[in-house]
Amino acid sequence: MIGPYLMRMRRFVRRLMTRPRIDLPLALGLFLLACVGLMTLYSAGDRSLSLVGGQAARFVMGGVLLLVVSRIPPSTLRTWTPWLYAGSTALLLVVAALGEGRGAYRWLDLGVMRFQPSELLKLTMPMMVAWYLHPRQLPPSWKDIAMVGLLIAIPAGLIAEQPDLGTALLVAGAGAFALFLSGMAWWRIGMLLAGAAAMVPVGWHFMHQYQRDRVMTLLNPESDPLGNGWHIIQSQIAVGSGGVFGKGWLHSTQSRLDFLPEHTTDFIFAVFSEEFGLVGVIGILVLYAFIIGRCLWIAMEARDTYSRLLAGAIGMSFFVYVLVNGGMVAGMLPVVGVPMPLVSYGGTSAVSLLTGFGVLMSIHANRKMHQ
Amino acid sequence: MSKRRTHRPRRAIKDPRGESALFRGRAVAGFALILLGMLALVGRYAFLQVLHHDEFATRADANRIKPRALQPARGLIYDRNGVLLADNVPAFRLEVVPEQVPDMKAMLARIGAVVPLSDDDIDAFRKQLAQSRRFDSIPLKMHLSEDDIARFSINRWRFPGVDVVPYLTRRYTFGARFAHVIGYVNRIDDNDLKRLDPARYKGATHVGRSGIERSYEDMLHGKPGYELVEVNADGRTQRVLETHPPTPGRNLYLSIDARIQKAAEDAFAGRPGAAVAIDPRNGQVLAMVSVPSFDPNLFVNGISTADYRALTTDPTKPLYNRALRGVYPPGSTVKPLIGLAGLESGLRTPEDTVVSTGQFCIPGTTFCRRDDQRGGAGRVDLAEAIEQSVNTYFYKLALDLGIDRLSHYMSQFGFGHATGIDLVGESDGVLPSREWKAAHSKMPWFPGETMIAGIGQGYWAVTPLQLAHAIATFAGGGVPYRPRLVMATQDGVDAKVVPLPNPPEGPSLVSSKANWEAVDKGMEMVMYGDKGTGRALTVGFPYRIAGKSGTAERYSRTSNSYDDRSNLAYLASRNRAWFEMYAPADDPQIAVAVVLEAGAWGASSAGPIARHILDAWLATKGSKAPPFTPYTDPSLGDVPPLPPEDVPVAPPDGDTP
Repeated sequence: MIGPYLMRMRRFVRRLMTRPRIDLPLALGLFLLACVGLMTLYSAGDRSLSLVGGQAARFVMGGVLLLVVSRIPPSTLRTWTPWLYAGSTALLLVVAALGEGRGAYRWLDLGVMRFQPSELLKLTMPMMVAWYLHPRQLPPSWKDIAMVGLLIAIPAGLIAEQPDLGTALLVAGAGAFALFLSGMAWWRIGMLLAGAAAMVPVGWHFMHQYQRDRVMTLLNPESDPLGNGWHIIQSQIAVGSGGVFGKGWLHSTQSRLDFLPEHTTDFIFAVFSEEFGLVGVIGILVLYAFIIGRCLWIAMEARDTYSRLLAGAIGMSFFVYVLVNGGMVAGMLPVVGVPMPLVSYGGTSAVSLLTGFGVLMSIHANRKMHQ
Repeated sequence: MSKRRTHRPRRAIKDPRGESALFRGRAVAGFALILLGMLALVGRYAFLQVLHHDEFATRADANRIKPRALQPARGLIYDRNGVLLADNVPAFRLEVVPEQVPDMKAMLARIGAVVPLSDDDIDAFRKQLAQSRRFDSIPLKMHLSEDDIARFSINRWRFPGVDVVPYLTRRYTFGARFAHVIGYVNRIDDNDLKRLDPARYKGATHVGRSGIERSYEDMLHGKPGYELVEVNADGRTQRVLETHPPTPGRNLYLSIDARIQKAAEDAFAGRPGAAVAIDPRNGQVLAMVSVPSFDPNLFVNGISTADYRALTTDPTKPLYNRALRGVYPPGSTVKPLIGLAGLESGLRTPEDTVVSTGQFCIPGTTFCRRDDQRGGAGRVDLAEAIEQSVNTYFYKLALDLGIDRLSHYMSQFGFGHATGIDLVGESDGVLPSREWKAAHSKMPWFPGETMIAGIGQGYWAVTPLQLAHAIATFAGGGVPYRPRLVMATQDGVDAKVVPLPNPPEGPSLVSSKANWEAVDKGMEMVMYGDKGTGRALTVGFPYRIAGKSGTAERYSRTSNSYDDRSNLAYLASRNRAWFEMYAPADDPQIAVAVVLEAGAWGASSAGPIARHILDAWLATKGSKAPPFTPYTDPSLGDVPPLPPEDVPVAPPDGDTP
């Protein structure tokens, strides 16, 4: 009975090996970025090879996932989308139920591994918005915008409630970008932004005390010399002391003496800036811009609305990581747990990011035929 | 193309070419926004790395300085005369900075050979490790022995990131005696971390878990300070550059007198029960014991599983605070207050009499209840009814009052709801009322239930604290004060002691002095009358005592209101013995309620305990009653002269045991 399925599986694996359907420039950009990430990690992690090895293994795992996903046609992804979205949102509810009365709770323990359902939403959220807008007439009407708003607000609210403001921001951003790319009228965007600005005081009211503290600390780091203020001050010292050309690879001093907290994870970009200076910062930002630009290019070439919106949203939300993490390290934005993509140490985000790029590869492989 | 929209053909047809163009525009706009954002980032980095480079480069070179949290000393707890009850003593603990440990698993595996670790220690450490930031130090083992310290010092080089750190640990000087009042502190767990303000509890390891330690946590904890230390390449401290000292927690003065507390505890001789003594003039608690008790010092640095199991499986439930949470039917002890309700409502005068024939039936029914005394007590007025605890008088009075008025009056004296003492976890007890019954049963209210409520049976359930509060409120002329354990606070050992005001909760509950005196007369007759149950308890006491015994029957219809945890001890006996007292009767200064879980009769079992408490109180006033029983205590013999009323003084040297 399972014979035909085994045959199909074998054929799928063989195709994966012999004819990967990848976009070379995008793959090259990601590969370069991963190399820079591993290099920085080697330095930031006190030349620990086990740390670098572990991260490299995750890249490999993410790469395999990328290849697998790239073989799934966008039309198939589209039919799966509502289920994937409903499933990942249901997992969020499970986490919320498990975490009842226990404070911050984000993980689902599967026995063999623990994972954060919120990580799944980073991908299923833009998929769902693209799926919803795909058959609709574009630019979207107020009614469609409201529906999309609801689709975004439910999971993002659940994640913010965990509380994990950083991830909630990334998830909501991914959905919002899909809406933006669908051609939502500028005046409507303006009205929504104005409304959101008016809601800021209300949001402040609903924030956790520690989240408010982080914002207040950003405004006056010296007020909290033992906690987040220390992060901000030390991170800026590391960045600022790097200067234009940096201190050179393996020559950062601030992380070495443990002055810089979380210097392999959320604050790794401070080590990078200290070692490679402003030149390095501009260089890596150009690399990020190239990757995002390539994503948008793939999106423009895409065959249908679903693919277009999805590819564009994934590319643009990639930028949110860079902006939030880069801003946090430089003391521009409050301390929220958003990693520098493919540079920060940590498994889940690297794997989920690369899976997202797998979707892009698939969209690229199924692009519009040119005459 | 959507089929759903074909009814609006002109607008509904999707236009792939147009959409594609629209998207192209948006993608370009989006990319432009992204470039703008990146430009902002570059601007910020240029600001730090070019404009302010020199400043930050200098700061980086000088950056060998780290802040380190300094723990505030926890506020001390004294009794009303300045006897130290909860102290801080220096100790050492093992701390780990995760960031500096190259291999946590290996370290934990190896360090056990140097400093013995229990599974509890490792569990607690793991939990906190998962919650903390990698550069925060986490305690691994509290209260190291000298051997532990010596062995670790030799092996310290093998364990980077691990160090011995001095700290102050809590010590309860009197052990079990105050455990149910002061409670204890113990290790902060992962739930506490989410509840507590991280800034105030930075680096803190202990938090008040029960009793005064918990309800006054905010005052006792203080505010952490920090010091700036210079560190070497391993992160070990080289020298301290700057110190911002912590603000210690406030000291507390309890209104409890340690001597009365001791006498009360001793008088129980280990028999399960509880006693509460309150000053009727201000609501201050003078003694509060729940027997048996436990050693709170066991909990401070993490109780061992074996010790904890021993405490939780002990059938006498030493962890159970009977004074605060134990609920018992009050029996006859509420009769004086029911009598007062009769006077206050205008239904009775002190002179009105009732004939007790030995049985009372609700008129027109066959619902009858007996008097305690075979054949009845004959014709009695209020005072005699209280003296002889004549049920018929109170059956009839309760029926005349009706349950609504009865429960209204009793509620004012604090029954049926928490007294609001400054401890957490107080039981509400049960005051029989229509509302209570409606919430707990589908049956309507029956007149028979009103009748037995008049003698403290039926649904009634009170805590020893509630009864002490009620009788103190009566003794104090009816002025209700919320019971208070903490009477004053102090900012530091040399600072001024600031009394905590405890204003009355409302106007007096007794409208006329005549009413008060009528009830008081009955309660004095209990102690001095020919037929009073407390006659034997007044021998040799220099002041007049007023009191009332109570013997609550084992069976009542409140089976659902009992706390399961007291059942074992409860079943062991037939009755619960109560006694309430206040003295001096003409100017009450102390009111006491005692319950003995396995007491045969109120007066003979619980009465002597109440009397011992009055003797101890008298001793603190400088005079001494002739020994009332063979029981004497040498430590009560020599008491220092009393300080002025209600003002705590510094502890006399050597006054601690």
